[in-house]
Amino acid sequence: MSETQKIEIRSLRKSFGSNEVLKNINLDVAKGGVVALIGPSGSGKSTLLRCINLLVVPDGGNVRVGDTRFAFGDGSKLPDVKTLAAFRATTGMVFQHFNLFPHMTTLQNVMEGPVTVRRMAKTNAETLARAQLAKVGLAEKADQYPATLSGGQKQRVAIARALAMEPDVMLFDEATSALDPELVGEVLNVIQQLASEGMTMVIVTHEIAFAREVANRLIFMRDGIVVEEGPARQVIDNPQEAATRAFLSHFHRTGALPPANAVP
Amino acid sequence: MYQWDFGILWSYRWLFLNGLGVTVGFTIVIVVCGLLFGLLGAFGSLSRFRTLRLGALAFIEVFRCTPILVQLIWFYYALPILAGVEMTPITASALALSLYGGSFYSEIIRGGIVSIDRGQSEAGAALGMTPSQTMRRIVLPQAIKRMIPALMNQSIIQFKNTSLVSVLAVPDLVYQSQVAAHDSYRPLETYTAVAVAYAAILIPLTIIVRRGEKRLAVSE
Repeated sequence: MSETQKIEIRSLRKSFGSNEVLKNINLDVAKGGVVALIGPSGSGKSTLLRCINLLVVPDGGNVRVGDTRFAFGDGSKLPDVKTLAAFRATTGMVFQHFNLFPHMTTLQNVMEGPVTVRRMAKTNAETLARAQLAKVGLAEKADQYPATLSGGQKQRVAIARALAMEPDVMLFDEATSALDPELVGEVLNVIQQLASEGMTMVIVTHEIAFAREVANRLIFMRDGIVVEEGPARQVIDNPQEAATRAFLSHFHRTGALPPANAVP
Repeated sequence: MYQWDFGILWSYRWLFLNGLGVTVGFTIVIVVCGLLFGLLGAFGSLSRFRTLRLGALAFIEVFRCTPILVQLIWFYYALPILAGVEMTPITASALALSLYGGSFYSEIIRGGIVSIDRGQSEAGAALGMTPSQTMRRIVLPQAIKRMIPALMNQSIIQFKNTSLVSVLAVPDLVYQSQVAAHDSYRPLETYTAVAVAYAAILIPLTIIVRRGEKRLAVSE
């Protein structure tokens, strides 16, 4: 397999009890590529995303991100906690419900990874964290607690927190699904900016118009399998499978992205 | 009509002060040791390892579900006979009360930890933290805030439970007041004064903790 692929997933399987959530999934993400994962709820897309940084440990198959490769299934030993932690430090993840640390200020949230995981000196970490907050347009919120922020601001802090670890890839797990409609744009805007900077990303989303605009590849999943995949515009504008067509018929697929004028 | 005469207690003031000193010192020891046992019990019951979980569960239920008075007597009288472990009354009662308190603290600490949203530890893990870093930096600081009222409540109970050590002739406030009551033939005055002494220490403490809670809640 060509090493130009940043993420390479082969024959991935995962069950929760008797419920087989992922059935033999293959996925490649090119360096600098943006892959959108779409599908109805329960299709396994979030589980697949969580298998990429091993927040969910697969039952079988291979996962490679950059130079780090893991094999799962018969005969392979589960990675120990130190190995897992070191691996996850190279991947950034953004959650649907932000999961900011409520007992820390915005600045401390963003500094936490560099200080605790990378053992960076506090002053350097603060410089880095302030730069990341500025990048998502929240420099002036550094000393506030998350509880005082809007949903869109919280999610942008969460993105800054992930970026402060200077990850190789970014994973977005329905990053805008918990937001009020008028706040979606400011978050999508940040993600779009990351894409234009060449960040490798996998995005689980229900924002089909956004996926069409920003992703170069799109994967439609249902019931734990990849039903259809291809260039994002092609799949969205001209789906080949009946299931994809049925799913996409629920969305406005084109048109302007939600306005990003909420960004200060 | 009963004639109250609290003046008579003045001549026993050193006895009372002595007893109060023992009671307060004893409480500090059993709260600190109890919290240590509580931490062990809580982390044991949350462990990935089955043996640790079962051990912690056995400890918690044995001490939580038997009367403290029975435990005190058992530690002092039964252990020397069954296990050949001789203990002074003070050691026996400190150990029994610490373990008894520890079983309740365990459940409070465990409850506080599991009450923190799973997303918090997932966010820590996603940043590359090990489970112990996540526990120390993310989960515990939030969980402790939620535990404080219940831990305080349990510690108040522990403070009052020290009165039971008088059965092993440990010279705490209640034991000394028994001495004073027998000597003065004034049990009503004596035990009223003892009750007031317990309340006089606890009420200011509860006020301080209530204030602290409010201050902690500000950052939420």
